[in-house]
Amino acid sequence: MLPRPDDIDAWRDAARALAMADVAPADIVWRVEGEGGDLFGTAATPRPTPTAPAFAVPRRFVDLAQSVILHRDPERFALLYTMLCRLKDDPARIDDESDPLRRRLDLLAKEVRRDIHKMRAFVRFREVEDADGERFVAFFEPEHHIVRANAGFFLHRFATMRWSILTPELSIHWDGTTLTEAPGATRADAPGDDPVEALWKGYYASIFNPARLKVDMMVKEMPRRYWANMPETALIPGLIAGARAREIAMVEHTAPRGDGATAWEKLREEASHCTRCPLHKCATQTVFGEGPIDADLMFVGEQPGDQEDLAGKPFVGPAGQLFDRAMADAGVDRARAYVTNAVKHFKYEQRGKRRIHSKPNAGEVKACRWWIDQERRIVRPKRIILLGTTAVHSLTGKAQSLVSVRDRVLDVGDGATARATVHPSYLLRLPDREQAEVEYARFVEDLAAAARL
Amino acid sequence: MAQLDTRQKLEILADAAKYDASCASSGTAKRDSAGKAKGIGSTEGMGICHAYAPDGRCISLLKILLTNSCIFDCHYCINRKSSNVRRARFTAKEVVDLTLAFYRRNYIEGLFLSSGIIRSSDYTMEQLVEVARSLREDHQFRGYIHLKTIPDADPRLIEAAGRHADRLSINVELPTDPGLARLAPEKSASGIRAAMGGMKAAIEDGHDAKKRYRSAPAFAPAGQSTQMIVGADAANDSDIVRTAATLYDRYALRRVYYSAFSPIPDASAVLPLSRPPLMREHRLYQSDWLMRFYGYKPAEVAAATDDAGMLPLDIDPKLAWALKYRDAFPLDVNRAPREALLRVPGLGVKAVDAILVSRKWRRLSLADVGRLTVSIAKIRPFIVASDWRPTALIDRLDLKPRIKREQLELFAA
Repeated sequence: MLPRPDDIDAWRDAARALAMADVAPADIVWRVEGEGGDLFGTAATPRPTPTAPAFAVPRRFVDLAQSVILHRDPERFALLYTMLCRLKDDPARIDDESDPLRRRLDLLAKEVRRDIHKMRAFVRFREVEDADGERFVAFFEPEHHIVRANAGFFLHRFATMRWSILTPELSIHWDGTTLTEAPGATRADAPGDDPVEALWKGYYASIFNPARLKVDMMVKEMPRRYWANMPETALIPGLIAGARAREIAMVEHTAPRGDGATAWEKLREEASHCTRCPLHKCATQTVFGEGPIDADLMFVGEQPGDQEDLAGKPFVGPAGQLFDRAMADAGVDRARAYVTNAVKHFKYEQRGKRRIHSKPNAGEVKACRWWIDQERRIVRPKRIILLGTTAVHSLTGKAQSLVSVRDRVLDVGDGATARATVHPSYLLRLPDREQAEVEYARFVEDLAAAARL
Repeated sequence: MAQLDTRQKLEILADAAKYDASCASSGTAKRDSAGKAKGIGSTEGMGICHAYAPDGRCISLLKILLTNSCIFDCHYCINRKSSNVRRARFTAKEVVDLTLAFYRRNYIEGLFLSSGIIRSSDYTMEQLVEVARSLREDHQFRGYIHLKTIPDADPRLIEAAGRHADRLSINVELPTDPGLARLAPEKSASGIRAAMGGMKAAIEDGHDAKKRYRSAPAFAPAGQSTQMIVGADAANDSDIVRTAATLYDRYALRRVYYSAFSPIPDASAVLPLSRPPLMREHRLYQSDWLMRFYGYKPAEVAAATDDAGMLPLDIDPKLAWALKYRDAFPLDVNRAPREALLRVPGLGVKAVDAILVSRKWRRLSLADVGRLTVSIAKIRPFIVASDWRPTALIDRLDLKPRIKREQLELFAA
């Protein structure tokens, strides 16, 4: 029979006596005064026989027991006693961390420590005036028997304040010099409001960033069990419900967006230092897109070639010249379109004195996607024409054959419509003249159709 | 314009501070108010999160700006000169009173004060220091104070800040210099680095003085930290991890915070406006953890990234590394050294230490290991135990999708 549920000293005395008398764990019923239990059990604690040798237990066990005893699990006394009996014969066994009993005790201690920490965090004082001046009163519902053990924290922190913490099991009061205990209380015994609470709620609502909603994470760290006594938690449902709308408002508030020309200049400058993939090491320079930054039409090629790399401009080499001719034949004004590449650095293999173009791999395409996304955010084209499979891969995120996408309208996000066609360099490589003419005509047709889209 | 009341100011100046990731209140000197005639507050080794916002972030400190007016025009910043947000300014006394009122009610661990730059760097810094001074000297406040310092403020002011604050920080803002040049053209990367270097020296001097004279005033006992924004410039995860590692090494930082770039109202045209890359931010924190507590080198974290230098989003960086270096596994939990066991996905520092202790007592079976960890499923393919050998599993090509995708939450400081 223990006088209080968290009384480590009483348990220790009883347990030591029982262990010295070699009482088996199964023969003991532990009870706390005032709590239900075995009606037939007697409160007799055997006196140790004078001849029984005294024994010591490791400090580590005492620390563990001090936490575990605060747990509300009625089995805690028996579990600790079982452990004690084992340690009596073999004290070093306390270090066997994978032992199931040790593990069980560790978990109980961990839950207690967590509850202690949460009490330190979630107690909310309200200020009241009494005859002696201001006093701070909180109502808190701990999960375990931690209040007495946790009083020291509040004593140290709020030593110069007069305060009371009321809990269902036990209340503690500090008058600036002494700590007193009183019976449990109900929420109705605590003050109902505090003017500073409105400020605190205002702070809580404002410091939350609605673009980062992570409700699970919040609930994991601040379990609902504690919410009833925390004023700010009443705001949570509203904050969650309004988050998406606020996030959209944050984004939309900016459209139409400010100075696109400045943004584009700065972006191009940053791109000139790009090291997102290894291609920057061999290329002469970053070849950024160009054209009017309010263009309706955007062309995306695959990557700069030898001449583009030297000139720093897209589509100026042989393929670029063919592209210009086809644009003219399709009746599309290149000067009114924004022309760029999926990959901004020239990738090549050195063969003798010549640099032969080589196809960028998936990682390089992905690394460069950041730039094209930024360009699209500034230019906001309504129609995008993808020239070749690399461009298709970049904007759709998937490597797809041109045949499978050529006659479809592709979804590339943000409301723009996209169509794919061949890259002009493909036309330059066709050996058969007749076929080249057919393919060229089809390319021109694609450009014209895309421009009308 | 009508005069704003305290509540309106608080809402404006907290709203303006919500993009800053740091809220930690840990790692400072222990203090308490027991037996003291005046004053209030204590600090323990560990910080306390007094509430959590629905964004999952800890609220430990009253985090506000002194003012959200600013003479700078940094594009990523809601408070930049050209932004159309409502402006407010607290007096030093208002901040002091608010901090004490919140502290007394056990809402917070202390104050994290930052500010837009008004008039001049020195003027702004003076105001920040005055708040901390008043809390410490006039009110004997013993709670936590974190001050954001202004890089080019007078060193004497930084020195005064360090005497009152537990932690000082200077934001590097962006992981790359070209990114900083584009988004914060008035800030200089070299200036920020110089200020961090100066701070490191001051903190070390403080430690030295403390060793020699016990009465020497403490200087920023919780050290310095910094923050960089993720997703607003072209830096990939490899770049970011390397930048962070350099910052830890060179300036002895306690923490590098990553802040997924959020859309801000009235944003500049220079910015990407999309949902903040929260998972990416989370992976960066995990990689930070690997370097700080698990002995991974920056190059090893970089090795876990894909061809584009990005950490995978669907699995954590430790698992990504292990899948790339399968020849390092399986490891025998009954023999492998600590540093090797720390590489097993799903085994944390605590579990590894528990395994080492338990090994003295028994040959560990899979069930024994299971009792020391949260979940054995993730670990199984990578270890050998007395009754377990994963030969069939480790060679499977489809290992990645088979491993349960549970992630440790590492955001909390």
